[in-house]
Amino acid sequence: MRHGKYPFILAFLLPGVLIYGVFMVSPYIQAIALSFTDWSGYAKTQTFIGVDNYRRLLDDPQLLTAFRNNVILLVVVPLVTVVLGLFLASMLNVGGRRRGSAVAGVRGSAIYRVVYFFPQVLSVAIVAVVFKYVFSPSNAGGILNSVLEAIGLDSLARPWLGEPRALIWIIVIVMIWSFAGFYVVLFSAAMQAIPRDIYEAALLDGSSRFTTFRKITLPLVWDTVQVGWVYLAIQAMDGFALVHIIFGINGGPEGQGDVLGVAVYRAAFQQTDYGYAAAIGVLLLALTMVLALVSMRALRRERVELA
Amino acid sequence: MSRSQQRRSIPTGGSRRRFLKQLGASGVLLGPGSGLLAACATGGGDDDDDDRQTGEVTEQNPFGMPEDGEIEIWIFDGGFTDRYAVELHQPILKQRWPNVQIDHHAAVDIGAELQARFVAGDPPDFVNNSGDGQMDTAQLVADGQLHDLSALFDAPSWDDPSVKVRDTLVPGTIELGTFDGTPYVLNYAFTVFGLWYNKTLFDEHGWTPPRTWDEMLALCAEIQSAGIAPWTYQGVTAPRYMNWPLLTMAAKQAGPQILVPIDNLEEGAWKQDAILQSAEAIYRLAENGYFMEGTEGMEFRDAQAAWARGEAAIIPSGSWLENEEADAIAEDPTFEMAYMLEPLLTEDAVMPYETLRATPGEPYFIPADAKNPAGGMEYMRAMLSKEGARGFTEMVSSLTSVLGAADDVELDAPGLNSAKQAFSAAGENVINWFYPTWYPTMENPGIDQATGKLLKADINPEQWAEECEAVTRQIREDDSIPKQTRS
Repeated sequence: MRHGKYPFILAFLLPGVLIYGVFMVSPYIQAIALSFTDWSGYAKTQTFIGVDNYRRLLDDPQLLTAFRNNVILLVVVPLVTVVLGLFLASMLNVGGRRRGSAVAGVRGSAIYRVVYFFPQVLSVAIVAVVFKYVFSPSNAGGILNSVLEAIGLDSLARPWLGEPRALIWIIVIVMIWSFAGFYVVLFSAAMQAIPRDIYEAALLDGSSRFTTFRKITLPLVWDTVQVGWVYLAIQAMDGFALVHIIFGINGGPEGQGDVLGVAVYRAAFQQTDYGYAAAIGVLLLALTMVLALVSMRALRRERVELA
Repeated sequence: MSRSQQRRSIPTGGSRRRFLKQLGASGVLLGPGSGLLAACATGGGDDDDDDRQTGEVTEQNPFGMPEDGEIEIWIFDGGFTDRYAVELHQPILKQRWPNVQIDHHAAVDIGAELQARFVAGDPPDFVNNSGDGQMDTAQLVADGQLHDLSALFDAPSWDDPSVKVRDTLVPGTIELGTFDGTPYVLNYAFTVFGLWYNKTLFDEHGWTPPRTWDEMLALCAEIQSAGIAPWTYQGVTAPRYMNWPLLTMAAKQAGPQILVPIDNLEEGAWKQDAILQSAEAIYRLAENGYFMEGTEGMEFRDAQAAWARGEAAIIPSGSWLENEEADAIAEDPTFEMAYMLEPLLTEDAVMPYETLRATPGEPYFIPADAKNPAGGMEYMRAMLSKEGARGFTEMVSSLTSVLGAADDVELDAPGLNSAKQAFSAAGENVINWFYPTWYPTMENPGIDQATGKLLKADINPEQWAEECEAVTRQIREDDSIPKQTRS
């Protein structure tokens, strides 16, 4: 009797396993295998060349730039976005003081909530094209320089997209701008789940807004912050679409806006060197996995039961 | 898995471990899946020519194309669109071969559409390999993916059986598509490179195109004092456009041989006197602030549009510029653009002032594994007919590599018309260089980034040459890049 259950279970599981195997596991394995070959991308055959591609990774100065930029994105973007998201979310939910209720958002919080979410609705391609024109020279419709000139700060105006040192910071700004709204909503949802009476008790004890935030809000939304942090770090590891659209395939002047994702694309589709592209891809995969593990560990904390 | 078993109620109990064990044991079930895995991206296709279509070779049908066969054609849907193929070339072919079926496709991203088919050994019969998704031709040749076009160039031409196709083409056409002595690519459109100026502005102020670089600098000072930027270029997108006048002026100064060491990746190629002298001339523009403000931070289309609006007077480009900026040009009905030759660096230049760079472009090829390669070549032969070439020039305002095909065409486009005249005047004095075709990554990002810095005056000509040398060295020492040489 009992042995009959396995075919039944398999009938349900197999399609999923197959699809996952073909479309998820197999590309990973193939990419790792490719990284040890010199496959051009067009050839019908490929030669095994051992770790040559990985050796090349080590003395590719452009890759070092891309890696440095990924690290900048990885450190700065999640930090600023989470801080900004927490600040805005607490303002929207518990920042205000109104007669009749102990905890409420600042005036107009319903409107802000919608406005903050706008960037999330735009596709990344649109965001990138729009920001390309934010940073253009003013005679090519550049918004930032036009504003600077309008308020008399002409001396600060720069051909931003032509300034190698400014490039990665442009991506940092655009990422924060487009991510922050989502995390405001995410943290807002978490904050609304905090029982109001905890706040009332804190207020009765004379706790200041900052103390309330630090001692009550933050610990109680920590789980969400942790998830958000990991998610943000992985998002920041990407940056492919933004860099590709704003700076182009070479990562802008002197390649200073390059990221690893674009380096993979360039090696594969511009240099027709799929083996090398796969090696960069494997590096990126390893980094992302290490990152996820590290952040899960570093941010682990006791869960607080609300009930 | 019999029916009776499936009808049983969901069993309870049994450990997950046991289930996984069983799943492992029933590995056979994964069989079809593993087969699929092997067939994915890199599974590869076998080289079987069994399905190759052939017909009888006759004088009319020099490649032995099956007269009732099908030709699968892929056209890049970019600046030229695919109208010229559908409305012009295909009717010409169909007129002679009414039973041939054409399976026409147009694509914006040629590489994305076709790459997997090359790997699988099932490519189409004819490909217009152009645009952003252009596949790396040198790599395709190295991988043995392209069909030898010698038969096409040795075949009788479409219009006159006594003249070979080879002899109907502008000199240099076949050479550009030749790799290690074998022609693989037909470059059909013909592009004249040089400087383009705002003729309306020039006429208004009584300016004339300068003959020497000294005159150019004097003219720039005059243009600047009229409140107009003398020059602009393709901004942050493509500072390499300025390499073109740079190398052209150097070749005019010292002769076309100085381009050979550059193409051959020789050490010191970028430090030749004339190259440095030309870089110095271009650097002078940057030093004097003759480039339109903000150019270095602009998208190329924005810079070109600013030029078309009269904010800058001179811009480097190929003859596609007029087509590319048609919208911006149409905004102002009084605007007229014209072609300007690169000035001579000094009066004792080796080549005449009329020398210009012109290059066959818009590549077409036939995959080695095509089912009907003869059909693809016959299609090329039809394209290279007088009617096909003249019609192309009329329809998309671009010259073709068919000799004299556009001689009797009066072009509506004033810019292209002026380039056409300059091209006739140049006669034998046409130059070109090959490294951007042979080594695309050397031109961009390599030389492109160095030139970008030179144009911002971040580096001086010596440092620029040093960086170009470094780029060349990198290409030279990279064994994964197939090398070409010329003399």
